[in-house]
Amino acid sequence: MAPGTDTATNTMTNDPILTVEHLSMRFGGLMAINDLSFEAARGEITALIGPNGAGKTTVFNCVTGFYKPTMGMITMRQKGGKEYLLERMADFEITRDAKVARTFQNIRLFSGLTVLENLLVAQHNMLMKASGYTVLGLLGLPTYKKASAESIDIARYWLEKAHLIERADDPAGDLPYGAQRRLEIARAMCTGPEFLCLDEPAAGLNPRESLALNELLRSIRKDSGTSILLIEHDMSVVMEISDHVVVLEYGQKISDGTPDHVKNDPKVIAAYLGVEDDEVEEVIEEIEEIEGTQGGTQE
Amino acid sequence: MSNISNTNESAGGNLTAQALREGFYAGLVSLGLFVLFVGLETTQNIRNELVLHQRWGLLAVFVGIAAVGRFLTVAYLRPFMAARKAAATGKADAEAEESFFKRNFSKIAIVALLFYPPLMVLLFGVQGSLKWVDNFGIQILIYVMLAWGLNIVVGLAGLLDLGYVAFYAVGAYSYALLSQQFGFSFWILLPLAGILAAFWGMILGFPVLRLKGDYLAIVTLAFGEIIRLVLINWTEVTRGTFGVSGIPKASVFGIWSFDVGAPNNFAKVFGLPMSSAYYKIFLFYLILALALLTAYVTIRLRRMPIGRAWEALREDEIACRSLGINTVTTKLTAFSIGAMFGGFAGSFFAVRQGFVSPESFVFLESAIILAIVVLGGMGSLVGIAVAAVVMVGGTELLREMTFLKQIFGPDFTPELYRMLIFGLAMVTVMVWKPRGFVGSREPTAFLKERRAVSGSFTKEGHG
Repeated sequence: MAPGTDTATNTMTNDPILTVEHLSMRFGGLMAINDLSFEAARGEITALIGPNGAGKTTVFNCVTGFYKPTMGMITMRQKGGKEYLLERMADFEITRDAKVARTFQNIRLFSGLTVLENLLVAQHNMLMKASGYTVLGLLGLPTYKKASAESIDIARYWLEKAHLIERADDPAGDLPYGAQRRLEIARAMCTGPEFLCLDEPAAGLNPRESLALNELLRSIRKDSGTSILLIEHDMSVVMEISDHVVVLEYGQKISDGTPDHVKNDPKVIAAYLGVEDDEVEEVIEEIEEIEGTQGGTQE
Repeated sequence: MSNISNTNESAGGNLTAQALREGFYAGLVSLGLFVLFVGLETTQNIRNELVLHQRWGLLAVFVGIAAVGRFLTVAYLRPFMAARKAAATGKADAEAEESFFKRNFSKIAIVALLFYPPLMVLLFGVQGSLKWVDNFGIQILIYVMLAWGLNIVVGLAGLLDLGYVAFYAVGAYSYALLSQQFGFSFWILLPLAGILAAFWGMILGFPVLRLKGDYLAIVTLAFGEIIRLVLINWTEVTRGTFGVSGIPKASVFGIWSFDVGAPNNFAKVFGLPMSSAYYKIFLFYLILALALLTAYVTIRLRRMPIGRAWEALREDEIACRSLGINTVTTKLTAFSIGAMFGGFAGSFFAVRQGFVSPESFVFLESAIILAIVVLGGMGSLVGIAVAAVVMVGGTELLREMTFLKQIFGPDFTPELYRMLIFGLAMVTVMVWKPRGFVGSREPTAFLKERRAVSGSFTKEGHG
């Protein structure tokens, strides 16, 4: 991207899947998110980055219904054009009806269930309907048997994608860390989401596992058309796979654009390197000197 | 003690010498400990003077037990255990072959139970079989059924319920009161009692949905007590502590009756001598069928989405919600289905006793049922059944030990010690097998092979 292009228009995509408008979240006296607005485009990977305590996970929890935001509107637009206002829905409804799935920063697998069972639990709502809310399934009707076989096929598909097929019958708690991360993503995908929220999927992974993760995320986007929103600290992952980056600091958006744009944004550099407020101007000037071009777009 | 394993290879005499030495020390330590506690006893005589009694004989017994016990442990028990451990690791593959009994354990157990009453009649006669069928068979099976019912709530869904006996009471009183007031038969009231108990399960479920762990346990405990206090104090309906008596007997689907005066009395129809044993045998098969129904439904439900959701809920509630599972309805169904089986068992209890009173539904009953679930291994039907046999059968067996009276004197009533032994047994089992008799978990689905999940991965649930 040429540095001169206006970044403001860049964020306005024609077909946003998720629109966050004026989102604020207050915990007592702490404003964890302050008037945040951004959009995630359909079919893209949007990354949410920022220093520790910037409010990234809070944004996630608001989007997925685990927190009720103090103010603001979160709109999810499905492929069929159906719109859901996520801030008004309960957490499980967001996954069930609005088709938004998520993973957790500290992995939350069902460790006592096998890998396969983890993926079957994720297909709960589909199977629940097929089993006539348990009643028909208890009587042994063929509809449930068919749905049950299908659910195992879906699970097998995702196990192969996540390279976990060999360990399908092992307890999830027995998997190594990287495999647990992949399993959590596969499990979220088994809910059939249109929008997938990943909270630090690369945390604790070694470089090889990190590469495998990139590949998995790309193939998810390509093959199932699922849009992804991810929080990540690992810049190699962010810069490599994301189409669009939103940077938060102290609950506010400080930058928004393509990875290249964000990488060179002086505010982002200041936020990450931690300069005093009055030094920000200096840093901006320095960067302008280095780039040898103008910096007028920033204000 | 670290040199004990080394002594295995050296001469046996070495081990004996060491055992003797350790036994001597143990005796010395126990002498020091007990000389003032046991050896000397102070009592007051009639003039309020302190009198010192010397009990050297008793002290010698204490010291002797400690010394001999230590000697035997070091000399025989430890080498034996070590040898067994070595042998066990050696023939790990041999175990896979000899597990025919283990693999078909439940089938063998069901067949054995089906032939249990005729066998008892053959062995002890019609009248003599009464004790074995009623006191052992029916009593144990009631607890098996209750524990399997509670297993749905505690073992699968991971919701700690200390007031399970309330649903048992609801079932028992539903049958007792409705059959007396309206004259409905057992076969109509059995499902009705289940439905009513399930309804109360939901009523309990709603307020406690937000609670977790200890808080949930306390509220369910309170719920159990509330039901019992209502039964005691609502005297116009329940007749309070007097209880409801003269509850009608069940019939074989209305074809044969067990009422003495009835023309279609079972014994009369078949020309058998009058005995209450036939009724008890009928009740045995009835509770067996009910318990097997509980097991069947539990096994089927585990393979359904709702059963998997229960287990997932036990593992991680937040993850459940992130997967679109409505945890409210999931918890409520667990509570109500568990309660329903409690209700079935309750109405059976009323029909068997012919009398119900709040006395039968005290907290201790909840505690025993929960103990059976925990001892058996949460979630495992076979383990729970074994635990129920050990716990309930064991306490019933104490009643039979009349020979103990010859040792401890005629005032000795062994069943009074049942809670002591119960507690001791629980501690022993929990030390020996912290996850209960069957700690592992059978997966509900598999791709290549069904492998049990070790208990170290499963969670107990916290809400």
